[in-house]
Amino acid sequence: MENFNKEVRYDILKMIHAAKSGHPGGSLSCVEILSVLYNKIMTVPSLWKKSPDFISRDRFVLSKGHASAALYSVLARRGFFSTQELMTFRKLGTRLQGHPSTRTNLEGIEVSTGSLGQGLSIAVGIALALKLSNNPAYVYVLLGDGEMQEGSVWEALMSASHKKLDNLIIVIDKNNLQIDGDTSEVKTLEPLDKKLEAFGWSVKSVDGHNEDELEKAFMQARESKKLCAIIANTIKGKGVSFMEDAAGWHGKAPNDEELRRALEELNA
Amino acid sequence: MLKKDLEIKSPRNAYGETLVELGAKNTDIVVLDADLSCSTQTCKFQKAYPERFFNSGIAEQDMMCTAAGLATEGKIPFVSTFAMFATARCLDQIRNSICYPKLNVKIVATHGGITVGEDGASHQALEDISYMRSIPNMTVIVPADYNEVKQVIKYVSEIQGPVYVRLARTNLKTIFDENKYVFNPNKAVKVREGNDVTIITNGETLGEVLDCAQLLQNDGISAEVLHTPVIKPFTAAGDVIESVKKTGVAVTVENHSVIGGLGSAVCETLSENLPTRVLRIGTPDCFGQSGEQRELMDFYGLTGEKLYQTISKYLGKK
Repeated sequence: MENFNKEVRYDILKMIHAAKSGHPGGSLSCVEILSVLYNKIMTVPSLWKKSPDFISRDRFVLSKGHASAALYSVLARRGFFSTQELMTFRKLGTRLQGHPSTRTNLEGIEVSTGSLGQGLSIAVGIALALKLSNNPAYVYVLLGDGEMQEGSVWEALMSASHKKLDNLIIVIDKNNLQIDGDTSEVKTLEPLDKKLEAFGWSVKSVDGHNEDELEKAFMQARESKKLCAIIANTIKGKGVSFMEDAAGWHGKAPNDEELRRALEELNA
Repeated sequence: MLKKDLEIKSPRNAYGETLVELGAKNTDIVVLDADLSCSTQTCKFQKAYPERFFNSGIAEQDMMCTAAGLATEGKIPFVSTFAMFATARCLDQIRNSICYPKLNVKIVATHGGITVGEDGASHQALEDISYMRSIPNMTVIVPADYNEVKQVIKYVSEIQGPVYVRLARTNLKTIFDENKYVFNPNKAVKVREGNDVTIITNGETLGEVLDCAQLLQNDGISAEVLHTPVIKPFTAAGDVIESVKKTGVAVTVENHSVIGGLGSAVCETLSENLPTRVLRIGTPDCFGQSGEQRELMDFYGLTGEKLYQTISKYLGKK
């Protein structure tokens, strides 16, 4: 797994460097979350749309769509499509759009996201549909902490709670930074756990870079039959010293020299 | 095609009743509302199939994306609230989460236009068609009466992709005969044949335009009336061009702003194919106000009588 995560961080940096644009900070912060979900937690279909186990697959919604580079890399390394395609990221005609899109028929992408605050409501709809169809699959949603400032997220939290959607599990990538700076300075979210609890959710806080903690939290959430939210405490830009905890690396591509240094650090 | 005897019926009831009929045949049909189910008449579906009805509460943004999620899994969601809140309030959700992925979501909005009445400008959607028409992948339909609404709802349940259907609050005179009229999404309906002027309309103003055409006839002016329920894609374009070629005069009438709706669609069509002066009648670039339905129709010049005055004057000056 350590190697898998390292490869994913490599991909993220190389893809964003090649595209000369993208979101390294929030992609690097959610690597372990995605890695645990796709390697240990989710039931993943053997073939996208074509295998009989496709219908019962667990669904994943990347509500923080700007972390697309991380998701694309994880999907490619799990065999959804070729890792060679990763380098087309954000380029004209690519299936790997800047933010995930179902329009390009990229294997592994369930929904189109990008405009923040919409993924959780979409996941509520998916969870309702699964229940109507007696499908035992789970829906996992990854939200950004800055994204929690969107009012529509709280509409959706209320809906999920009202409808008792125990087949829906959310994880918040809490890296404490947004484009304009610290979330605590731009618009504070705290006490996030208490707010979620007040909305009817059972909350578990974990180290978002500790795979054992993440795995345990996801397993507990599945078994609990309660509405579960996992707050994953992370570091934006995790793995590259000069990107860590720096708001400036939210949406900026590394230049040649920065890429070289970053890859060197990951290799050390 | 036209109904002979006088009958006044609610297009909203047509919607609610048709949903119940469709729901019996197709268990993939689900319905969402935002705390207005009695006004939109989706309460009929709720009563028949409570497990397939979802009230989002007063949370339109959440409702639109929940519908997107249901459609992602193959359900056919019908989403309803007032036109004001079904469009402007959740425009980003409709654009990014429904139209961009081309999901099979049917937005059926009621209380479109000035005839919301006493509630006033905050509730009178005069720009909804303009918003919806500008989003790629969206189909926009504005049916005219009870019988047409029934056919339109059935039609949209059978096609793939996002649709916006705009209904009026008003109980309307039934124009089309339920046994003879067949809704055709690919054509304009020539409701009245004439040679002197082409009047293009849809929705609840069709009845007013027919009254106006009768008044013009008394003055010896023969008006051709085209009803164009499908405003996007503007499938009536060919019929509009053909008619205006014959009459040489184009007038549009709509219960909507003259910006971005039917008037604009007709101007776009004619300017590219048959440059013609067009008189656009609708609400000017303004907000509405409180009043009774008929008072407001009169104030904004949309009754048969007011249309007759405006169009007569226009034809006299031309």
